[in-house]
Amino acid sequence: VATDPEPALTQPAEAWLHPSPRLGTMRRVEIVAASVVAAIAVLGVAGLAALAGAANFTVPALLLAVIALAGFLGDRFAQRRVRAWAYLEREDDLLVRRGVMISRLSVIPYGRMQFIDVIAGPIERAFGLATVRMHTAAASSDARIPGLPHEEAARLRDLLARLGEARAAGL
Amino acid sequence: VVERAEVAPWHRLHPLSPVIRAGRVFIGAVIVFAGTLTPGSNESRSGVVTRIVIGVLVIGFGAISWLVTRWRIEGNDLRIETGLIRRNSLRFPLAQIQAIDVVRPVLARVFGLAELRLRMGGATAGHARLAYLNAGEADAVRAQLLALSQGTAPRADQPPENLLLSLPTGRLVASIVIGSPMVTFLVLVAGFGTAALLSPKAAIAILSSSGAIAIGMVTFFWRRLNGGYHLTVAEAHDGLRLRSGLLDTTAETIPSGRVQAVRMVEPLLWRPFGWCRLEVDVAGRQHRGGENSPERQQLRDVLPVGTHEEAQRLLDRILPGAAVARTRPPARARWKAPLRYHYLSWGHNERCAVTTTGRVARVTSWVPLTKVQSLRLVQGPVQRRLRLATIYLDTAGRAVHAAIRDRDAAEARAQLGELTTLSRAARRT
Repeated sequence: VATDPEPALTQPAEAWLHPSPRLGTMRRVEIVAASVVAAIAVLGVAGLAALAGAANFTVPALLLAVIALAGFLGDRFAQRRVRAWAYLEREDDLLVRRGVMISRLSVIPYGRMQFIDVIAGPIERAFGLATVRMHTAAASSDARIPGLPHEEAARLRDLLARLGEARAAGL
Repeated sequence: VVERAEVAPWHRLHPLSPVIRAGRVFIGAVIVFAGTLTPGSNESRSGVVTRIVIGVLVIGFGAISWLVTRWRIEGNDLRIETGLIRRNSLRFPLAQIQAIDVVRPVLARVFGLAELRLRMGGATAGHARLAYLNAGEADAVRAQLLALSQGTAPRADQPPENLLLSLPTGRLVASIVIGSPMVTFLVLVAGFGTAALLSPKAAIAILSSSGAIAIGMVTFFWRRLNGGYHLTVAEAHDGLRLRSGLLDTTAETIPSGRVQAVRMVEPLLWRPFGWCRLEVDVAGRQHRGGENSPERQQLRDVLPVGTHEEAQRLLDRILPGAAVARTRPPARARWKAPLRYHYLSWGHNERCAVTTTGRVARVTSWVPLTKVQSLRLVQGPVQRRLRLATIYLDTAGRAVHAAIRDRDAAEARAQLGELTTLSRAARRT
């Protein structure tokens, strides 16, 4: 990963915190589910075609192979993306690092955080995970950390809220 | 509910407000009906009656909305209550005021009225509108609100303003004529001309169907002319004051320290004249709607057209100490940004960062480090191969996003750390 922090941002690599490994599992389940749905659709259309008397096995077989390959590559990429997420609490700001193709490193001062969302969709909830999203007054500073276990999400939310209040700066 | 000591009595808007609000609709309607009501047209009676009923309804609703609307200043809040069936009580904390506009459409000027518009900061911010008040009252309320928002007592005497700049009309007109919208317009006209030469029938079809575009163009040019006409920029004790307008006038006050970013644009066509445009960004969501809203343009032009010298003078007043030496990116950035490369540069001191970019027009942005909300270091695949990276400085403004593009990756990382430290220090002071 190209975003080794520069001297002023240097922290030992083990100081960075990562989303739960369950996030990787969750992404894998999502991709498998999407692939299965696509495969069922292909099989269904092929079955209808066979019923209509136009039996053709090469096209569906090719499509299924493509779906399997796309699912495999998608999963590899998703796993790398999950591993690339990292965050680090420093004295005055939070660092969030993410991205494989486009690597991003955000610096969000605690005093600039206006409010903090903890979001958990149905799939995330099933895995006991949540996403923490930090909002500043700037619409473009989009900082979120997905795949945090509930207790970690709650800890982060409370910590950020407390530090944000202590260091709040006006617009 | 604990009422504060200084609770002012409720005020109402001016009784003529519904008339002026309906006025725009009315003028349009009159123009449309004028055609049908000419003598000789066999207008049916019921049609006329319908229109009269609609007119009465419009006035009636306006009157009701006036009756149920009231406002007052409660401590450090402006409170507006409105709505007949669903009462709506809006509370605007004055500490969050980003700018105050006194807007006067033509019709309101005829009656000596003005609208007061407060631009609020914050994530869920809206705009407080008081339409319409007496012109004199609007000025007094503006001064009072500004004083309250800055935590000072309103001053009875208005100290004289220090006039920084007034815009010559000739230059404004010239700048509108020489500009990319005008080029677009001429290209359209030329296209139409050739079409007319080739086949007159097609030309008529184009002409009849392009009415909306023509109206849009005229409105656009008109808004530019009106927005910059007789513009004066003055420095008052409570902030920067901008006044402009030919028919619809606006007087805007930007309290000092509310400027999130300043941007200077130098379009290609203006370069022979050495002109530029200076824009100021304040916080708050972009607001749509409202009659002839000047905030429809995302940024406020402090200087619609001016020389570099004037722009520099204004910049010194808006962001003191903004003049910084700039450095250029490494030459290999040419591969990443071939069109932008010759403009790219950036610099900073302990108070302010400045970046220059642009493909055709040169765009220079100044961001005071106290206003930086967050920083981002971004590296795309092409940039990684070229060992480049971009730093974004996010501000609460609506349009200016300062990006320090395509710097050497190691330098960018070092600068990210330094800018973080500097903006933290700037925030504390």
